[in-house]
Amino acid sequence: MENAWLIALIPAIGFALIISFGKKMPFKGAEVGLASMAASLVVATGAGIQWIQRTDSASSHGGEEAVGGLFTGVRGALRAAEGAEAAPYIEPVVTQWVWWQNSGLEFGLGSHIDGLSVLLLWLVAFISLLVQIFSLDYVRGDRRYTHFFAALTLFSSGMLVMVMSSNMVQLILGWEIMGLCSFMLIGHWWEDAYNSHSALKAFFTVRVGDVGLLIGTAILYFGANDFAVNTLDSNGFDIRAIGAWALSGEGSSWTLLMASICLFIACIGKSGQFPLHTWLPDAMAGPTPVSSLLHSSTMVVAGVFLVARIYPVFWEGFNIANGGLSFIAVIGGITIVIAAVLAFVQDDIKKVLAYSTVSQLGYMMLGLGTGAWLPAVFHVFTHAFFKCCLFLCAGSISHSGSHHSFDMKKDMGGLRKKMPITFYAWCASTLALTGVIPFAGFWSKDEIIDNVGANGYSVLFWVGLGGAALTAMYMTRATYLTFFGEPRGAAAGIHHDDGGHDEYAIDFREEIVHAEDIDRELVMAGPAPQSLGAAAHVPGDTLEHDAEGDPAHGGHDGHGDGHDDHGDHGPHESGKLITIPIVILAFLALTAGFANPTPLAGDSLGANLGEGVELIKTYVEPRYEPVKIDQAAGHAGESVQLIESGTLLAAEDSSDEPGDSKAKCGRGTPEPGTVCYFPNVKHAVPELGKILLSLAVVAIGYMLAIGFCLSYYGKKNPKLVGLTERSKIARGGYLFLKNKYYLDILYQRVFVFFVSRPLAKATYWFNQNVIDGAVDGVGASGKATGNWIYKYIDQGLVDGAVNASGKAASETGHGLQPVQSGKVNQYGALLFGAATVGAIVLVILNVS
Amino acid sequence: MLIPLLAQAADTPTLDGSVNIAINIGFGIIATVMIFAAFSVVTTKNVVHAALYLVLVLAGVAAQYILAGAEFVAVSQVMVYIGAIMVLFLFGIMLTRAQIGAEDGLNNNGWQFGIPVAVVLMGLLGYAIVDTFEDDVIGERAPFPTVGLSDQYLDEYLVPFLAVSFVLLAAAIGSIVLARKD
Amino acid sequence: MLAVNFLLLAAVLFCIGVFGVIARRNAVLVLMSIELILAAVNLNFVAFAMMNENIDGLVFALFVMAIAAAEVGVGLAMVLMIYRNRKSIALDELSEMKG
Repeated sequence: MENAWLIALIPAIGFALIISFGKKMPFKGAEVGLASMAASLVVATGAGIQWIQRTDSASSHGGEEAVGGLFTGVRGALRAAEGAEAAPYIEPVVTQWVWWQNSGLEFGLGSHIDGLSVLLLWLVAFISLLVQIFSLDYVRGDRRYTHFFAALTLFSSGMLVMVMSSNMVQLILGWEIMGLCSFMLIGHWWEDAYNSHSALKAFFTVRVGDVGLLIGTAILYFGANDFAVNTLDSNGFDIRAIGAWALSGEGSSWTLLMASICLFIACIGKSGQFPLHTWLPDAMAGPTPVSSLLHSSTMVVAGVFLVARIYPVFWEGFNIANGGLSFIAVIGGITIVIAAVLAFVQDDIKKVLAYSTVSQLGYMMLGLGTGAWLPAVFHVFTHAFFKCCLFLCAGSISHSGSHHSFDMKKDMGGLRKKMPITFYAWCASTLALTGVIPFAGFWSKDEIIDNVGANGYSVLFWVGLGGAALTAMYMTRATYLTFFGEPRGAAAGIHHDDGGHDEYAIDFREEIVHAEDIDRELVMAGPAPQSLGAAAHVPGDTLEHDAEGDPAHGGHDGHGDGHDDHGDHGPHESGKLITIPIVILAFLALTAGFANPTPLAGDSLGANLGEGVELIKTYVEPRYEPVKIDQAAGHAGESVQLIESGTLLAAEDSSDEPGDSKAKCGRGTPEPGTVCYFPNVKHAVPELGKILLSLAVVAIGYMLAIGFCLSYYGKKNPKLVGLTERSKIARGGYLFLKNKYYLDILYQRVFVFFVSRPLAKATYWFNQNVIDGAVDGVGASGKATGNWIYKYIDQGLVDGAVNASGKAASETGHGLQPVQSGKVNQYGALLFGAATVGAIVLVILNVS
Repeated sequence: MLIPLLAQAADTPTLDGSVNIAINIGFGIIATVMIFAAFSVVTTKNVVHAALYLVLVLAGVAAQYILAGAEFVAVSQVMVYIGAIMVLFLFGIMLTRAQIGAEDGLNNNGWQFGIPVAVVLMGLLGYAIVDTFEDDVIGERAPFPTVGLSDQYLDEYLVPFLAVSFVLLAAAIGSIVLARKD
Repeated sequence: MLAVNFLLLAAVLFCIGVFGVIARRNAVLVLMSIELILAAVNLNFVAFAMMNENIDGLVFALFVMAIAAAEVGVGLAMVLMIYRNRKSIALDELSEMKG
């Protein structure tokens, strides 16, 4: 576990290798990608095993011993549970190098291994590996095959970096790498304007949320830094320190609330909650492996991971302990419903799955927001399997069944006979998704709903149940349209005119679906609005095409004759490389639920196997015990001694009930000298009644949906067909849903337009008139001053003085000129006159 | 009426208290003539008459010299001034074709300006003289001896005497140079 | 007799001579007026000699006479030359000044 950083490093190296050498390799880089993911999976598995051993040894020893030795996992946990002793807090293993230092603040890069990280590390590595195997066949012959694998590998690396991060900075690093890869992968066929626009939309929408991430991190840093430095010898970015600070009661509730809201805004963006969910359906423009890896199992779960990781902050910030309605729960609840409703009106199978993902993410957030930490995390685990399987099935269908189209209404139908493996895998995953016992979804989703109810949120409890019913209904519709009924379009072997390809190179603006377009859609035939699937057309055969550099349009050249893998030009089952990952995932969708089957632990179903069957709970959920500080100041790389907190506290308050000391974390201030790392979340005890209730709801949903599908799509019941034509209410509702609640219109037309037009225009006006006007004004005034000075001062004053002096001299000369007349008489007169005057003066002077 | 005036004028006393009437009368007459003649010099319209009036003035000056006891100077005056200079003047008049008879335009344009100048000067000089020499009496005496004059010339004022001779030489040569025709 | 007599007489002659210099247009007449001035000055010298019983006055008077003669000679020579060149000895016509 000390070397867990390898898990993220290996894919990163793989990425570098693929980028540098991929094109020259025999498999064009795919082998490097597969190898790196496999190696990463091995290391992750090793880390997982070590963590389990560590937990076991700590639980069974219950004493101050260094971790060591091997213990059998389950038995050890059972023994600890029966002992009813306080389960001590298992210190996570932290390995960290200083990445960057700045005035005493150190940013570290490293790994932080505890139950949650181990679970997700293994999950990401596993799913990535399966998706890469799937892509070997799916994107074969693509023009950017190498870059595709490179981006997939980089994405895996980024997510692994994020999952194992021990401080917020590294978490943000991983977060951003994932955002970048998402952008690259969604826009993989960026020659189509729609694809590049979708990529941009995804990136920008998530970016809007990322503002919250940065602000939240800053708030947490400034809040937690003092506490972290003084008591825990770390800094305000350290996730464990933040958690301890949040639970210590030293943070003001206002700070925690602000930080929670900001961080949750980031989660809204990344995990596609309302109102920033609009990017997820459009992200389906990317290739199916991308959708299955990023946008169903792993990347969108990053938001859930963030909440789960820094759960103490949210716990304290939103005051979940006291059962208040938290922001997270509300958003989660809203998301569940609106996404589920939207999934009803989609024609594109991938979009149905996308909205389903959004809805399931809503479940996870609902769980986290109401204090059901463990069920939410478990749901992440199981959801990854069955959702990824569903997407891979959709990919398989389009690859081999509907001729690269994803339009259910146009190109699918009756495929269950032609593609049996895909059909059974799909069914298994659907049953898991809707929560039918004993599939995986039942154990995780119903636990969420159960805990929601048990923690006192009755409205949200019914919302969760309603969501489950809706899930059943829309999945039934999708299943029916895809696999049942008469084959349509490509499923029937009819190729579409490839001239339609030009339609997709449109100027992408949010197209409002108008009423006149609806009527054509409701019945299957007829030109439907552009299907995303055909835009994802991949040139078929590597034997005939150069995989790189083919423009999208040129790839159609070999259309008629190049599809050698379509043996009979009709739908058929996909190759092994596609079906094997699907089968593996379907199997896991069936069985993964048994990793934490809470109802089996207790009495409700009569199994009574004890808490030991709750593996996830045992190994993943952090313990909520207070930890002594000098022990808690963890040293990098060393294993920290574990304490038995029961002895510590029992000595102090012996009069209290034994359960009280456990309640300290998250429900009160911890003792001085200790810190808490995780709050004491409640776990609902499942009852048989609730289990039956949820199963009944799901069953009702199924029956309603099957009935509707059969009558509407199958028999074309005249009462139902054309309903929106006849009924204004139905039409209005349909339009509202088709236009995705006009949210996209709002964002695009109002927000973006407002910024790009009036704001930009105002800024431009300001720039031209005010700023340039000021500059021009200064220039003009300078010029005018110069002119004035020239005219009045230089010409007038200075030259005037010079001229005047000259004139004075000349006038004086002129004036004196008559004196020099040349007339002797005059000279004589002057002479004698002057003499006379002089004499008078003399006389006067001498006389007086 | 004139007689009493003259008598009164003649009654100017001498140094020893006696009154010498004859000199005073003589002086008065000659002075009157001189002034009248001088006045005519500057106002007459006839150039030749002006020359002749000048002769009269110079003669009167010579007479005054004798009354003053400077006999040698008086004779020199007659010989040099009247004898040479006036002849020279008359030659000049002739050679410059002065009109015989009265002619207009002998006064220039600004001749009025001369009157105040002369009058003021006269007043000034008169005032100065009267103020200084009031009632100074010049005694009777013998005329100055010519020997004494020559004594002064050849003894004390020898250098100026020779200088004057040079001046005369230069003047003569100069006049010749200036006036010759070539 | 009174000393003032001679001096006053001389002064009168002097002033008349000044008037003549200013007023007369003919160059010869101007020279004549200058002679009047000189004669007046001579009379002054002699009067002073008489008043002061000093013969130096007479000496100077003779000097004046000599210089006057020289001056008249040269002056008239000049007048003759001017007459020859300009055909006129009216002093205000002789000016070549432009202003």
